[in-house]
Amino acid sequence: MLIRRPPAIPWSEVTPEAVYLDRRRLMGGAAALGLAALAPGGAAAAPLAAAPSRYSTEDPPTALDHITSYNNFYEFGMDKGDPKRNAGGLTTAPWSVRVDGLVGRPGVYSVDDAAPPERLEERVYRLRCVEGWSMVIPWIGVPLSTLLAAADPQPSARYVAFETLVRPEEMPGQRGLFQPLDWPYVEGLRLDEAMHPLTILAVGLYGETLPNQNGAPLRLVVPWKYGFKSIKSIVRVSLVAEQPPTTWNMQAPNEYGFYSNVNPAVSHPRWSQASERVVGGGLLAPRRETEMFNGYAEEVAGLYAGMDLGRHY
Amino acid sequence: MAAVGQGAVVARINDALRRLPVWPLYPLAFLPAASWLWMAAEGRLGADPVKALEHEYGLLALQFLVAALAVTPLRELTRVSLVRFRRWMGLMGFWYALMHFAVWLVLDRQLDWPRVVEDLTRRPYVVIGFVALALLVPLAATSWNGAVRRMGATAWRRLHRLAYPATALAAIHFVWLVKAWPPEPLAYAVAVAALLGYRAARGLRRPAGRAATGGRA
Repeated sequence: MLIRRPPAIPWSEVTPEAVYLDRRRLMGGAAALGLAALAPGGAAAAPLAAAPSRYSTEDPPTALDHITSYNNFYEFGMDKGDPKRNAGGLTTAPWSVRVDGLVGRPGVYSVDDAAPPERLEERVYRLRCVEGWSMVIPWIGVPLSTLLAAADPQPSARYVAFETLVRPEEMPGQRGLFQPLDWPYVEGLRLDEAMHPLTILAVGLYGETLPNQNGAPLRLVVPWKYGFKSIKSIVRVSLVAEQPPTTWNMQAPNEYGFYSNVNPAVSHPRWSQASERVVGGGLLAPRRETEMFNGYAEEVAGLYAGMDLGRHY
Repeated sequence: MAAVGQGAVVARINDALRRLPVWPLYPLAFLPAASWLWMAAEGRLGADPVKALEHEYGLLALQFLVAALAVTPLRELTRVSLVRFRRWMGLMGFWYALMHFAVWLVLDRQLDWPRVVEDLTRRPYVVIGFVALALLVPLAATSWNGAVRRMGATAWRRLHRLAYPATALAAIHFVWLVKAWPPEPLAYAVAVAALLGYRAARGLRRPAGRAATGGRA
């Protein structure tokens, strides 16, 4: 099993709160002096403090350079190098996320409201793309359940719908003749999937705020599903009663299902999903056998008990 | 007057082309293959060098095949003749298709034979890519001057019409393997359709034309 379950962290290793706060104050001061001046719109990475998590994998993380230069983020272009080239101009501060639908406390959340800085955790997760490659990414974020609990879902809420920003003036992939997808990019989870402790809202990676090309300032990470389910640059979270439409499913329903759980036994209609190329291994790195639920079966298989996963792909 | 002027320009272009030697183009065309392999080995082809190599070789193969298919329409429409370079184009198309296949087999699929066989039988885009490559084999094998003499020009020309389905399949292979509808593979598909459509249209007109020009083959 690849999910590490280290013993609980002894209190002797926990940073005293005063020291921790002082460090954050120092970093905040540094940011105010230097970074903020350099980065209108908040594009520059700022350090983030985060607690380690027992959900992190022991697999070695992919190099930062690869994580930030090999992206599928069609709002910035279809080539994997496009997001890094084109996302620099995205304004990520101020940012607000609308939480609405079947909730007791609808409202507009800031990034800090949605992912409170004092509750940030580092989650080193495997990411498996539907195209057949994978990475290991040290995300920083909070369980999505934190936000959902704050919004107080009504009993009739059974699904969560997510929506990405539409801002053609800053997202070149949303302009021009060739637009491969309908905007906004939308995704969805069943409520129990959304509440699962592995499901996080990420605001950073590698100890810093998210680079724009990775979905700044706030994105979903669902490590047992193909990467496209982990929607980026979220502006809206809605609790709904019916299964919401999802972008890739609308684009090609026979190829991309609502669930899109990583499953080596269910092929994509055009290619096999049995194995994956690990990004960063160079020319001769061996392929990796893809694991059921991307290696998170122990935690999430129960969500799908009794379901035919060949039909609900 | 304009027609005469244009004719003079075309004559000058053709004259210049005639003086260009063909043989140095062969080693020249190998340079991209070598430099990409070198860059991939050095880690300068980005996060996924296997995919990058596979894509670059495949794309170059398609580009050479499309270029070879464009020679005849170009000559008939503008009188500019690249016929001397067509064998080079076709052979380089075959060479890069072979490299593309080799990268897929060795670096991507890593000689995992059961899965190679599965891909070659059950994944349509892989199948048609492989068929396109297979169709190019007899063309490459009969690309030397002696083959034309031995086969006879008519049979040789008929055999080399396999370039049409091979290029068409290569273009479909490209469209079929991507997600959504990106413009690049579609542009190649449109180009190949236009070049083959041109031949089809000409073929329909030809019976009348043949009588008028005394039945040239």
